[in-house]
Formats: sequence, C-alpha cells, structure tokens
Amino acid sequence: MTERTVQPHEDWSRPPPATTGVIGWMRKNLFSTWLNSLMTLGALYVLVTTIPGLFQWAFIDAIWGDNPPEVCKNVPGACWSFIYEKYRFILFGVYPWEEHWRPLLAMIIFLTLIFGSCIKPLWVLGKWIILIWVVGLVMVGVLMWGGVLGMEYVDQSQWGGLPLTLFLATFGAVLSFPLAILLALGRRSEMPAIKAICVAYIELIRGVPLISILFMASVMFPLFLPTGVSIDKLLRAVVGLILFSAAYGAEIVRGGLQAIPRGQYEAADAMGLSYWQKMGKVILPQALRITIPPMVNGFIGGFKDTSLVLIIGLFDLLYTTRLAFQDINWRPYFVEGYVFCALIYFCFCFFMSRYSQWLERDLAKGQNY
Amino acid sequence: MMQPLKTIALTFAAVLLAGQAYAGATLDGIKANGTLRCGVSGSLAGFSLPDSQGVMQGLDADVCRAVAAAILGDSEKVEFVALSAQQRFTALQSGEVDLLSRNTTWTLTRDTSLGLDFTGVTFYDGQGFMVPTSLGVSSVSELDGAAVCVQTGTTTEKNLTDFFRATGMSFQPVVFEGFEESVTAFINGRCDAYTTDASGLASIRVSNVENPNDYVILPEIISKEPLGPVVRNDDGELFDIVRWTVFAMLNAEEAGITSENIDSFKGSEDPNIARIVGDEPGMGAAMGIDDTWAYNVISQVGNYGEVFERNVGASTPLGFQRGINALWTQGGLMYGPPIR
Repeated sequence: MTERTVQPHEDWSRPPPATTGVIGWMRKNLFSTWLNSLMTLGALYVLVTTIPGLFQWAFIDAIWGDNPPEVCKNVPGACWSFIYEKYRFILFGVYPWEEHWRPLLAMIIFLTLIFGSCIKPLWVLGKWIILIWVVGLVMVGVLMWGGVLGMEYVDQSQWGGLPLTLFLATFGAVLSFPLAILLALGRRSEMPAIKAICVAYIELIRGVPLISILFMASVMFPLFLPTGVSIDKLLRAVVGLILFSAAYGAEIVRGGLQAIPRGQYEAADAMGLSYWQKMGKVILPQALRITIPPMVNGFIGGFKDTSLVLIIGLFDLLYTTRLAFQDINWRPYFVEGYVFCALIYFCFCFFMSRYSQWLERDLAKGQNY
Repeated sequence: MMQPLKTIALTFAAVLLAGQAYAGATLDGIKANGTLRCGVSGSLAGFSLPDSQGVMQGLDADVCRAVAAAILGDSEKVEFVALSAQQRFTALQSGEVDLLSRNTTWTLTRDTSLGLDFTGVTFYDGQGFMVPTSLGVSSVSELDGAAVCVQTGTTTEKNLTDFFRATGMSFQPVVFEGFEESVTAFINGRCDAYTTDASGLASIRVSNVENPNDYVILPEIISKEPLGPVVRNDDGELFDIVRWTVFAMLNAEEAGITSENIDSFKGSEDPNIARIVGDEPGMGAAMGIDDTWAYNVISQVGNYGEVFERNVGASTPLGFQRGINALWTQGGLMYGPPIR
C-alpha cells in the first residue's frame, strides 16, 4: 500500500509518458485529430511512393562525371553529365570563356558584401558599410566590364547567368526600397497633387503584370526615342524592375505606416518635430520593423521574377539553363537542368527567408507589441 | 514632397544620358564602333545558339560574322544581341541592332509595312508534319480528324489552321506554350501528329525521341518559309553589303572556293574568281568597303556550303540534307547573281 502512494508521487515530477518524447510530439502534431491522422498517413503514403523512385533516379541510376551525351542514351536515371558539360554556361552565360574567373570573383565579392551586411557584429561599422559597398561595387564593376588593368573589355550585353540574376534582384530590391518609402509617404500625404500622383503611379504599376512592363521597356520605349539613340537593355530591365517593385513595396510600407498608433504621430507633432524628423526618427523605424516579413516576401518574389527578363533577351540564370538544353545533343535532359537551376534558386530564397525570421526576432527584442 | 517625382525624373534623365547616340548612316556607325550589332534568336539550335563555351553558333550567326568580315575585315567583330520573336522588328527599327539575322520569314507585309527590307534568303524552310510510324500514315491527306500538337503563338499555328481549312479536313489542335512541353506531349502519344518547320521536325526526330525510326516526317510541305537577314529600308549601303555577302558565299561555293583553298585561287586568270578573291579591284569600292571583302568573308567564315554543313548539315546532329537549299547547279534554289 505504501508503495502505491509513493509511486504516483514520483510520476508527478514528470509529465505522462505519452505526452513527451517522439511519441508525444507525434501525438500532438501529427495525430491530434482524426483529420490530422488521415492527412499524416496520406502524406506518408505519397512520400513512400515517390522518394525511393526519386532517389533511384537522382543517385543510383544516374550518370555522373564528364561523359558524352551518347552515354546517357537509354539510361533510366538522371544524366548529370549534362550539368558537368554546361554548368559554366548556365552560371555565366555568354561571358567570354577564358574570362570566367572575373564574374566568379565579382560574384564572390558581391555575395560577401550582401552576407557581410547581414551579420550583426559587423553593424558596428555603421556608415562605413556604405563606403565598403561603394568600394565593393566598383571592384565588381571593374571585374565585370574590364577594359582596365589589362583586362579585356566585356560589354554588359554579354553578362549572363547567376551574376546577372543576382545583380538584377539586388538592385531591383535595394534601389526600389527608398522609392517605395517615398511613394508610401506620398500616398498618405495631405497635399492633394502629391497624393494623386503617388496613387496613380502605384495603381497603374500594380494594375499591370511585370512582364508587360518589361515588354514596354524593351519593345515600346525604344520607339519613343529619337532615331539612333538606344538605351542599354540591361539598364532598361533594371529600371523596369525597380519601378515595379517600388509600387508593391510602397503598399507594404503604407501598411506599416497605418499600423503605427495615432498617438505616435501626435506625440511627435507635440514635440515640435518637422515632418521629416517625425517620419525619420519616430514613425519609419517602427513602421519598417513591422514590414519586414511582407518586404522579404516581396524580395523573394522579386528574385524569382527576374527570370522574366528572358522575354527581352537577357541571359539570366533560368534562360541560360533553358539554352543549355536547346543544344541538340543534350535536349532530352532538360529535367536535370531545371533541377540544377531550382537548387540554386532555392539556396538564395531559403537564405532570405531564414534571415528575415532571425531579423524579425532580433528587432523584436525589447518591444512590447 | 517633390522627392518621388524628382527621383523618377532623374532616373529618366540618367537613362537618356546613358544612351549612345551616333549620327549618320548605319554603315558609318558600324565602322566607327568597330563592331556589327547583329540581332539573333540565340535559342535555336543550328541557327543561333551559344555552345557550352558561350560562343554563338549557327547559320544565322555565321551570316552576321560574314557581314562583319566584309565590312570590318574581322568576322569576330560582332556583338550578338539575343532577341525574342516579338522584339526583333522593334530592335531593328529603333537602331538597337544594325542587322537582323534571326530565322525570320520573308513575307509581303513584313517587307512593306515595317520600314524594313529583307536582303535575300539564307535558308528555305517550310512547315511539315511528323507522325509515329505506327500510325501508318504516309500523306498529309490522311490526317483528317487528327489531333495535332503545335506550339502556340507562332505562324505555325496559323498555317496549320489555314491548311486544314483550305483542304476541308477537320483536325483537333493541341496547343502548348513551350517547345519541350509540346514535344513531350507528342512523344507520349497525346496527339497523332506534330507540326513545325521541317528543320525543326528533323532535329526533334534526331534528338528528342528514343528511336528515330518510330517516327516519320510526311513529304508534304504546307507553307513557304524563306528565312533571311533584314535591314532598315533607309540603309541602302548596308542592304547591298548584306545581300552581296550572301551572294559572294554562294558564288564561292559554285566556283569551288572554300576557306581552306581560297589562297590557291589568288592570281587566277578567271575574272569571276579574281573578283571574289579581291585581285580585281572595284567590287568593294562600289559598296563603300574594302576590295578584299569577299576574300575576308570566304577565308574567315567560309562559302555557303561550308556554313551549311558546319551548322545544320549531314555531319551535325541536326543532319539536314541540302534539298532546296542546294545550289541551282545541283537542283536547289540557291543562286548567286554574278559579281562583276
């Protein structure tokens, strides 16, 4: 009898066995209701039926290494020799072959700048970061264009692949951001003309798909220019992307502005701050923090939207992939090409997504709401 | 709050300043820049497609190179501009490119209404049909009621409709946006027949299907697709140069002059050959270019037959026969007027 009274007492210190550990987690997350159980079993069935086949295709039956296309004929698995043959073209497009080290180095510098700017301990550099960016971008430009230091000049029409996608996405996102803030402020302005212009701009741009803006930039715009004046395709594409992302960004920022309690605006006014002081020091720092998740969502979308520049004949990452399997010898292996391309896109988008989550948590420290 | 406006205005100002302006005729511009800006498809195997090293290869690309060799003396001085089907004419009209060599079909409306001129034909193509051998069809006239796979947004689709309407047969179009999807659907038995240009059919039969003998290309060609280079119609000088560059390549083939043996023709007694290899002056000068223009074209790019064989001929995976693209002396349509 004494043992019986003691035993439950010991167990009280721990939760019941079925609510902890693997089983507990599964009961809580996968089998909490009959619907959840059904969905779990359904998902398991799909995984069991597809994963082994995929694994077999991608690894066991696959052809690896440097092989001519004939080796891949009638092989049930993936033909990674295609990637082996074409990866430099996919990554760098029509950039001159002997000079591929230049876009590679430029890309490394560029990515270092981006990742470096994301690392919190380096934020102590403050305004120096801008200087580092300027120096870094000059280096990237020198490497990509060349024409100095004994490097052959390479026109931007020959840029392609991953560097092009990264440049388009980064400049599209970074340069559209200030424009987006101004448009958002303009839309909430009390001056009717400014407000009307901003509303018209935002609604016009949001009312048309990106592809039609790029199309306008590449097909219509040159017709409006005087004969003999031509504007670089790449520049037109970047400007198109910036104008487009700015309109979407403006609506995101406006959402943030509206989420700030009226009291904050009134308090800033009561302090005698000017409009720009009020916005710069009180409202925007709070508003922009709220807009991080939708903003990053926009950046990720924008990163993938850069692939639409293929319609104006720019060799971005997706287009070089598609051109790689236009090669008559490698045509049947387009799935491998798309898989390779998707993995690259995934790495960047996944990084952006995780980073935004971290940033959001970090900036939320010490905030009550 | 003028900031957004100012930003936009400044952006456009920067854009305008960044543009390069040059006055005068296109030919002077090409000579001044030292490069020929040539619009190509950039995505069509055998005509213009970057190889694994990123170098543009193909028949259309070689036409660009030949023109650069004629004008500038160096076939490498070409800046290839990849253009989509929709962009191509605007790019030429607006001066973004000097010359368009993008497997473009020569038609009356294009020649007259766009302010452009076709300089001639570099490849005679035509739309055909491919069917599985197991279907047991040997002629297009047996395709009544067939499901036909076709890529949308091309003249191919229109030709298909026109053809079936003209012959009074019924058909069921199965349209796809992309090339791979349409071909995969056909191979998987989604349709009875596949239609595109004959050159495209040949390449699909070679590279996309497991066993080429399982498919047969029907003999009938339902449309004429003469493909050739295009220039702006106020560019008389460039028009002549492009047209005669192609003719020089045809004449060289007819005379048996190749990039390999052209030097052995130097000092030839035959005036026709002497004019091609540049021994007899006057031909280049008449077009405002160097008298060695044809020599440069043949020695650096090759005659028409060489270019054809190298890019689309029997020794390539595409494996086209010369057919109607043979010289007129061999029963084809390729005829180069005399250089004199």
